[in-house]
Amino acid sequence: MRRWLLWVPLALFAALLAVVASGLFKPADRVVRSALVGQPLPDFALPPIAPGKPGLSTATFRQGRPRLLNIFASWCIPCAAEAPQLLRLKAMGVPVDAIAIRDTVPALTAFLRRNGDPYDRIGDDRQSAVQLALGSSGVPESFVIDGKGRIVLQHVGDIRADDVAGIAAAVRSAR
Amino acid sequence: MTAEFGLAALWLAAALAALQLAMAALGLLRGQAAPIAAVRPIAIVQGALAALAMAALIALFLASDMSVKLVVENSHSAKPWIYKFAGAWGNHEGSMLLWVTILGLAGGAVAILERRLPAATLIATLGAQAGIALGFYAFLLFASNPFARLSPAARDGLGLNPLLQDPGLAFHPPTLYIGYVGISVAFSFAVGALVTRDVGPAFAKAMRPWVLGAWIFLTLGITAGSYWAYYELGWGGWWFWDPVENASLMPWLAATALLHSVTVLATRDGLRAWTVMLAVVAFSMSMIGTFLVRSGILTSVHAFAVDPERGAFILALLVIYIGGALALFAARIGTVRAGTTFELVSREGGLVLNNLLLSVILGIVLIGTLYPLVAAGFGVQLSVGPPFFNKAAGPIALALVMAMAVGPLLRWRRDDAGALLDRLIWPIAATGFTGAALIVLAPPGLLPLFGLSLAAGLAVASVLPLIGRNPWRTPLFIWGMVVAHLGIAVSLAGMACDSAYTAETLVAARIAEPVRVGPYVVRLDGIKPVVGDNWSALEARLSARRGDDAAIVLRPQSRYFSDPVTTTSESAIATRWDGQLYTVLGQSDAQGRWQLRLWWKPFVTLIWLGGALIALGGALSLVGRWRRERRAAVREALA
Repeated sequence: MRRWLLWVPLALFAALLAVVASGLFKPADRVVRSALVGQPLPDFALPPIAPGKPGLSTATFRQGRPRLLNIFASWCIPCAAEAPQLLRLKAMGVPVDAIAIRDTVPALTAFLRRNGDPYDRIGDDRQSAVQLALGSSGVPESFVIDGKGRIVLQHVGDIRADDVAGIAAAVRSAR
Repeated sequence: MTAEFGLAALWLAAALAALQLAMAALGLLRGQAAPIAAVRPIAIVQGALAALAMAALIALFLASDMSVKLVVENSHSAKPWIYKFAGAWGNHEGSMLLWVTILGLAGGAVAILERRLPAATLIATLGAQAGIALGFYAFLLFASNPFARLSPAARDGLGLNPLLQDPGLAFHPPTLYIGYVGISVAFSFAVGALVTRDVGPAFAKAMRPWVLGAWIFLTLGITAGSYWAYYELGWGGWWFWDPVENASLMPWLAATALLHSVTVLATRDGLRAWTVMLAVVAFSMSMIGTFLVRSGILTSVHAFAVDPERGAFILALLVIYIGGALALFAARIGTVRAGTTFELVSREGGLVLNNLLLSVILGIVLIGTLYPLVAAGFGVQLSVGPPFFNKAAGPIALALVMAMAVGPLLRWRRDDAGALLDRLIWPIAATGFTGAALIVLAPPGLLPLFGLSLAAGLAVASVLPLIGRNPWRTPLFIWGMVVAHLGIAVSLAGMACDSAYTAETLVAARIAEPVRVGPYVVRLDGIKPVVGDNWSALEARLSARRGDDAAIVLRPQSRYFSDPVTTTSESAIATRWDGQLYTVLGQSDAQGRWQLRLWWKPFVTLIWLGGALIALGGALSLVGRWRRERRAAVREALA
């Protein structure tokens, strides 16, 4: 046997060490990003859930105007926390639509009464089907969609006060 | 007081490990008799002290001593005693203490029992074992002290993760750890043999029972863990390719390869370098597994503590032990005389093929487990799951099954390919017949089809070595091989049946509404609340009927724990000779319907029955080898 071959296991182990050491000392990013950023919105058509408000379908996002798509639920506490920021975005002229995840009509109506209603349309996603198709891993999440129905930005988690400017800018530049 | 006693025992054990290492080094370098004579007794006392420390921790948990931080964080006074007892290792610090305890006890067992190894190699082995123990004692004492006090003492504990509150916790971790850490003996043997350059049949014969013993426990531990996950997690799956499952599978694959190559070394004095390499790899896989789990760099249900500092500590230990052993291997193995060579078509050739295939599967599992980490290094987020592992490892595992059918029918040194084919006629017929019957009667997918057919072939092939022998005079280790290989066939058949023929139904059922799953009609009779020691639950009463048989009553629960606040689903499983009916109760909806998840899993129990047979085969081998050696020793003494 060639002598240098005997050192191969040690070299492989050193490579393995390099990998795990880099993994150990780099803070892990546990945020699950959608693979759909930069891709067109998947086709969906969701029925309405809030009384007097239309449901939501992909067609809404192809009308030439960028929109914010908020994924939320009345049972989700961070969603209530981010409601004021959505209202601010709405006041800044950003059209906001929503998909309600695993929700019921009375619970959602109460939620909107309590926290304000920035939404033009709300689609009813009882089985999280559209949420999964979008590559969203939880609530709340928000997507900026350009006028041709393409996803340009994904915001994971609740929108905080200092996120508002960035999201508004993304909507402006998506025009 | 008990905590201080345990801590003192741990410090003393660490000091003795240092002394043991120093004495072994001194003895080997200077060739003095006095330090050499001291190594064995020190190793025994060191193991006993580690066991005392573990006993102290268990006593603290049983007494619910809320002045000890670990007890407060992981226990609760209202828990049943069995979970207090097992809760001692249901956490990071306690499980690491169990780890070193088994390491120390394994070293002590080698010191007491090992009589065949040349004295110098034995001393080097015990030195290596002490070296490993020392590092992990340091890890416990400096980075994971299980005996740390809390001042002031807490009123009560925070409780144990409800998923762990199951009798399985009392058996699965200790069994797995005995296997996991017991394989350290093989590592130390390899290092000892490299130090003294004494690799040969005597070394292999001495190492074999230790490898076999650890392997039996590892097999049992993995089998038990798989069944535990199957019924406790309520997903109906028995293997998830979770990083921690892989961490236990990798040492098992390496140990299985080692078990076979050590036989070649013991019987034919071949595969010297390879056997030593495998001994190093097997325990390295255990340590890498420990590191992956304890450092939190891979997320998993088994990861207790996500702590980079601890991870860095274990990483340093890995560099010292694995790096050191591999460097020693590279530097020394070239000076070990090459073993004997053999023909390609021979028992040795079959065992080499077995080793290659096992190594490839090991490589696939290792790459799949670490790939998310590599990808993250390049900024890509991904996870590797069953689709990769099943596709990549499945076909190779089937090739391994074929090799396993052929191997035991081969002769040592040299065999004739034509004669071999004659011996294989029945296994091939069984494979073909099963395959054809399945395609006609109930065509499964491609992989399960091959799995079931090859399982039939392997089952026939594995009993062939018994044909033409008197069963009472057949050596016990031959029986061991037959039973273990048969176990693989049985387990494989169970896996293939489960993946091909499982029927699953997810419904929202009203009371008294019949639901069909596989051959069963299940009826939800009612829901009632029940109360346990530290939980309350909603319990469904299901009656399942197949044809005109009497109804089976199943009671799955949705359990609510208060310390910590969690809900778990307790599945209810009815086992029949031809499979299991697996039921899980979910939430109710606004219309008064209850979510039910039902599976009919034909022959799924074969998976674990096979695992138990594999371990039984190992045990038969161990007893058989031991009896044969004792007989040989008696003959020698008489002559």
